[in-house]
Amino acid sequence: MGTREETTGGGRLTKVVSVRDVWKFYGKVEVVKGVSFDVDEGTTTVIFGPSGAGKSTLLRCINMLHIPDRGTVFLRDIDLMKAGHKLNYYRSKFGMVFQHFNLFNHMTVLENVMIGPKVVKRISSDEARLTATKALREVRMEDWSKHYPSQLSGGQKQRVGIARALAMDPEVLLFDEPTSALDPELIGEVLQTMLDLAKEKKTMICVTHEMGFAKAVSSEMIFMDEGVIVETGSPEHFFTNPTNERTKRFLGRLTELYGRHENKNEAVAGKK
Amino acid sequence: MINYLGDLLEGLLVTFELSFTALGIGMILGLAAALARTYGRKTLSYIANAYIELIRGTPLTVQLFIIYFGLPVLGLLFSPTLSAIVALGINSGAYQAEYFRGAIESIGGGQMEAALSLGMSRTQAIRRIILPQAVRLALPSWSNEAAYLPKYSSVAFLVTVPELMARAKVVISENLRPLEVYLVVGLIYLITIASLSKVLDMLYEKYKFTVE
Repeated sequence: MGTREETTGGGRLTKVVSVRDVWKFYGKVEVVKGVSFDVDEGTTTVIFGPSGAGKSTLLRCINMLHIPDRGTVFLRDIDLMKAGHKLNYYRSKFGMVFQHFNLFNHMTVLENVMIGPKVVKRISSDEARLTATKALREVRMEDWSKHYPSQLSGGQKQRVGIARALAMDPEVLLFDEPTSALDPELIGEVLQTMLDLAKEKKTMICVTHEMGFAKAVSSEMIFMDEGVIVETGSPEHFFTNPTNERTKRFLGRLTELYGRHENKNEAVAGKK
Repeated sequence: MINYLGDLLEGLLVTFELSFTALGIGMILGLAAALARTYGRKTLSYIANAYIELIRGTPLTVQLFIIYFGLPVLGLLFSPTLSAIVALGINSGAYQAEYFRGAIESIGGGQMEAALSLGMSRTQAIRRIILPQAVRLALPSWSNEAAYLPKYSSVAFLVTVPELMARAKVVISENLRPLEVYLVVGLIYLITIASLSKVLDMLYEKYKFTVE
């Protein structure tokens, strides 16, 4: 399979995801209005912005949970808008982690993580169990295999959600505000898991307001508002001299609201 | 009394045959209609909706008489028992559809999104994720339906099916003791339905889970 490569600085980077002029409407409301960006292999991209900016919709357009009305998304060289009946298969190359976990309520932790490999990759139950156990170990949830989602804390649920995505061995992980529904004291364990994944050079696209996390691991940050990308750049750029007025105002508000989390997460990041 | 109890219990077996078969047919129709309404395209969803409204808006006896007395006019001739089973099944399906639809809606869209995001097709997601939850969640209201059916199935005696009520009528015409016989019939229904409810309650307790 051919891949588009380009040389930047000293390292050769391979584009895994290319978002090209993606538009999404709901009725007459334009939610995403012509967004384009690339994601390099092994990097973490953080998308942030006010609620209603179209971040979650954009994320769902990337794995075609929502089909864009215009534009397209490439997974390496594959145009997902032209994937046809193979779309389900390509969608499995994106692991997705949800704000409200969306664990399968009627299944144990182990079954939740096994079902993807079993049903989609059609591997045997024994193999699927091995894969799932390995994924659960990665998020330090292997001791909870036999529990049901309702018996877990929010942080544990989200780590199982991450394991479920990992078990499919995806090329890209998509995070949709993974810590927004968590009690403050549970955010740390989820962020720690995400930091570990970033350090393992997993390719990740994260919609999040956790600026400590963004600072620690992201190579690219994207600020969205009203369906468009307002500003992109490195964390250094955003935290030292953001150029756009809207970006400055939003980052200012974030620091007021999330200032304490940010410090805590920097502490988490610093431990490594 | 002993001499007619055997007759009544034979009738009860026919009542069982009618209500359990109808419950099964109703479950298949109900699940199909509920899925069509929730996930089907416009036409399919419209057809399912029409079915549910049509059946819930007309009396069971009218539905039964159309099948037994009406359809032969068009050349479709069903035996009394088959007519009763078809009528009860179609009728129950419309009510079960509403129970299942409520259950599917309470599951929420996140479960479907999560299943699709793993690479499952919609059909796989419905079969593996949505249906198992919908059936479990619908079980308490579905128990109502299971408890109604043995009683509703008594309309079958109007088209000469030898079920419990029909047998009772025959017994009374012989011994002329309506009070005694109908009390016994009532008791038989009561015991049947109480045991059925108990079993379904136990099933529910065993398989219930919490929706996030």
